[in-house]
Amino acid sequence: MSILALRGITKSYAGNSILKGVRLEAGDGEFIALVGPSGCGKSTLLRIVAGLDHADNGEIVIGGRNVSSLAAADRNIAMVFQSYALYPHLTAGQNIAVPLAMRRLTAVQRFPFIGNFLPGQRRIRADIQRQVREMASSLKIDHLLDRKPGQMSGGQRQRVALARAMVRRPSVFLMDEPLSNLDANLRVHARGEIVELHRRAGVPTLYVTHDQSEALSMADRVAVMIGGTLLQLAPPQDIYEDPSHIEVARFLGQPRINVLETRLDASGLVRFGALTLAAESAPPAETPVLIGIRPEFVRLSARPDGILSARIERTEFLGSEVIIHARLDAIGETIVARMTPAEAGGLSVGMPVSVEIEPDRAMLFAPAGERLPAKTVAVASVPEKAYG
Amino acid sequence: MTAHSLTLGRMLRFGLLSLGALLFLAPYIFMISTAGKAQSEIFSSSLSLIPEQWSFAENFTKALSRVSMPTLLMNGVIVCALIFLVQVVVAIPCAYAMAKLKFRAARIMMVLVMLGLLVPIHATALPLYVAFDRLSVLNSYTALVAPFSISVFAIFLFLQFFRAIPDDLIHAARLDGMSEAGIVARVIVPNAWPAITAFAIFSVVAHWNDLFWPLVVVSNQDFATPPLGLLYFRAAEAGDDYGALMAATLIITLPLVAAFLVAQKRFVEGITMTGLKG
Amino acid sequence: MASIAADMPIAPADRREARIAWILAAPAITLLFLFILLPTLAVIILGFTDFELGYGGFRFVGFENYAELIGDRTFRRSLWNTAIYTAIVTPVSIVLALAIALLIEAETRARAFFRTVYFLPVASLLVAMATVWQFLFHPTIGPINTFLGYLGISGPNWLGASGTVLYGLSIIGIWQSVGFNMVLFLAGLTAIPRELYAAAEVDGARSWFDRFRLVTWPMLGPTTLFVTTISIINSVKVFETVKTLTEGGPNKASEVLLFTIYQEGFVYLRVGYASAMTVVFLAILVVLMFLQYRVLDRKVHYA
Ligand SMILES: Nc1ncnc2c1ncn2[C@@H]1O[C@H](COP(=O)(O)OP(=O)(O)OP(=O)(O)O)[C@@H](O)[C@H]1O
Ligand SMILES: [Mg+2]
Repeated sequence: MSILALRGITKSYAGNSILKGVRLEAGDGEFIALVGPSGCGKSTLLRIVAGLDHADNGEIVIGGRNVSSLAAADRNIAMVFQSYALYPHLTAGQNIAVPLAMRRLTAVQRFPFIGNFLPGQRRIRADIQRQVREMASSLKIDHLLDRKPGQMSGGQRQRVALARAMVRRPSVFLMDEPLSNLDANLRVHARGEIVELHRRAGVPTLYVTHDQSEALSMADRVAVMIGGTLLQLAPPQDIYEDPSHIEVARFLGQPRINVLETRLDASGLVRFGALTLAAESAPPAETPVLIGIRPEFVRLSARPDGILSARIERTEFLGSEVIIHARLDAIGETIVARMTPAEAGGLSVGMPVSVEIEPDRAMLFAPAGERLPAKTVAVASVPEKAYG
Repeated sequence: MTAHSLTLGRMLRFGLLSLGALLFLAPYIFMISTAGKAQSEIFSSSLSLIPEQWSFAENFTKALSRVSMPTLLMNGVIVCALIFLVQVVVAIPCAYAMAKLKFRAARIMMVLVMLGLLVPIHATALPLYVAFDRLSVLNSYTALVAPFSISVFAIFLFLQFFRAIPDDLIHAARLDGMSEAGIVARVIVPNAWPAITAFAIFSVVAHWNDLFWPLVVVSNQDFATPPLGLLYFRAAEAGDDYGALMAATLIITLPLVAAFLVAQKRFVEGITMTGLKG
Repeated sequence: MASIAADMPIAPADRREARIAWILAAPAITLLFLFILLPTLAVIILGFTDFELGYGGFRFVGFENYAELIGDRTFRRSLWNTAIYTAIVTPVSIVLALAIALLIEAETRARAFFRTVYFLPVASLLVAMATVWQFLFHPTIGPINTFLGYLGISGPNWLGASGTVLYGLSIIGIWQSVGFNMVLFLAGLTAIPRELYAAAEVDGARSWFDRFRLVTWPMLGPTTLFVTTISIINSVKVFETVKTLTEGGPNKASEVLLFTIYQEGFVYLRVGYASAMTVVFLAILVVLMFLQYRVLDRKVHYA
């Protein structure tokens, strides 16, 4: 069952195309993380879903209803902003009450002073207060209810913003980098909380982040958007291990995936050191292709076997692992390997090494970036020519 | 929110703004139009804006002959320039000392500045007038400029601005061997241009328009500033020769309005920045 | 160990710095004393004397001047007129300025043009523009009454009748100060974070008025307070238009505080009596400032 669906959303500002036909479906209670480089249109997409901006084309469907032409207030969407956007003149409690008061009290009942004398509003106000307190205690911010945003820490404000978004049981939850203003420790802690809150609320959630580890660790599915196009939408493990586009592969993973340029030989094979790949839907022979290998599948060893040799340029010790940058002798490009400290034991800068690549893990991409289905043909140990 | 109501709302908004703009511009429109009309046409009291018979030359000649406009404008420029120069030269070193140097009187100075902000020229005018009278300096540029040589508002504004200049910049200048006066001249002033321009606009607008103090200390046409000169012109113009009066008004209003139109962005920024005080 | 630090001799470097600071501040301090503090003190003292310019001596008369002020019909009239003028000009120019600022902020076309037009009166010589207004207000040949005549209304003698003169002056005052307030409001509006409006919309603030109440008005609090204070002070200081156009008349219907002080002090040369009036004027300013800083300031700053 799909609760939130975006169909072919396009948007341009002053002739610049920012979103180029985004489609996405989020199931009931699904947590989707939207990642992508700065300026790719993530916030724009979120604003369009919220109704704060209007798409040029395409439609937004929530629970089977097309809401594209509704105003933000009528979409029953909750949103957490990067700066939290708490009303500075209201206390935390009043902030959390705003969405309820706006929906449950009429304009006249909300009117200052006069509103206080209208029948019926007292009961509604009491009910709102009860809901605010419930929400606050579930987020453990009871003690903050009487404070104004200016008197709270970043983490506390972030919780109040969450409370304000959750308090009225929205049908879709949107968050735009809600943790980016927190310090590193608090951020990791808050991740767990947001996931837990999301599980309890059980509504589809679109969560924008810059931080790929946030995306991979929190989301049911990760959507990678680059240059206004949604390149891939898949569960974290799939999107990491099986990217459909070179940009997706490049964007996810720290350190970045190794990308080496090479070309198909006359027989439609790609050779790289000891590695031979056969492209399944073979592009014409002699066309250039890209090979992608994640650093954890590259191994450097001190015993030179002459197949693919390199020289170590730099090592970064990170505690549980070591990142080693080595320059390939044959083509002069750098390859990055990620190894355990034990494996990297004898390696030091300037040392000549041989490079091994886990054959099953290499991926083949067309020069434009699409993934080419390929399979490893053989693990040859032909020492004659290292590079095809 | 349908597209229809949106355009209706926008048309209403644009219409309101345009109507308001017309009302605000009306005095200027009538000023220019009347400055070009002959006396008889003005008294026919019609609303037509284009003069039937162009009398600009006549009216302007009259305006220029009764009161020496060049002297007035010259006096305005001299007085405003002197006031601004002295204010800046006095206020900047003081604000620098208060913002960046350790000295015990800084706190008391702050209190004095805040008190000074409360006291307009109208409050100190009587004793100053008496003193200037005793010293026989009435009817002089000195009398027009001296009371404004100290602007607590300038000190206040520069103080705010200097506090934002990083201490490291000053420490670096000291290590380079600059004296404190050198730091003020070569590090602080170049960095304070936005504040100085803002204050310049504030100061010039205030003193170009001021009538009160010139009226008190000047009784001689030779030292009249533009507002005072216009007052003399009105007095000299018995009867209602509005054509000449509007021509004179136009000449006297033009310099500052022209300056504003040329540098309006700076004006608005300056007023916003100095809006702290009226 | 504060006591140790205090007992230590002041480092020579610090003493040098303090000396330089004194030198840099000396001109300002001297002038501040000469042109602000001393004259203010002198005004307060003169207020207790019967000093008149042109007569040699003077004597202290205690509160006699103030006692006279209470009974002075002109002065009471002048206080009242100033209050009426302020009560008209301040609220109208603030509301108009806010409305114009909101309209301009929402408008996409010709923003710079509108801003310029509304601000133009601020940059214009008030004495000169007052003269233009005098023509506009002219009972027989003035465009305003001519226009009213077309509508079948016979317009009043704006600046010439005691019933309307204050309204005429107020119109000029409003026209002159709206642009200034508007520019301050525009600056205040640009400083409101866009995300707050987005949050308000998502929270269900459907109408323009809801968003104004939830975001714009509270966020403009400091600006509004500020604009209000300045407007009141500037209205209390009204002088140029009165001096140029009405000289307090007709029949003292436009006597305002500064004009009365000017007349007493610089025309009749009764310096002692005028000083007492000035002290009242200063007291009004001090009270206004005090209200701004102490009472209202806390309500509009949310940090
Ligand atoms: N109102 C606007 N007018 C013109 N251009 C805009 C507007 N809003 C966004 N853009 C442009 O659209 C592009 C996408 O902006 P958006 O804020 O969606 O990026 P983002 O992916 O959220 O980036 P970040 O990760 O830095 O927040 C940017 O190039 C931006 O300059
Ligand atoms: Mg963004």
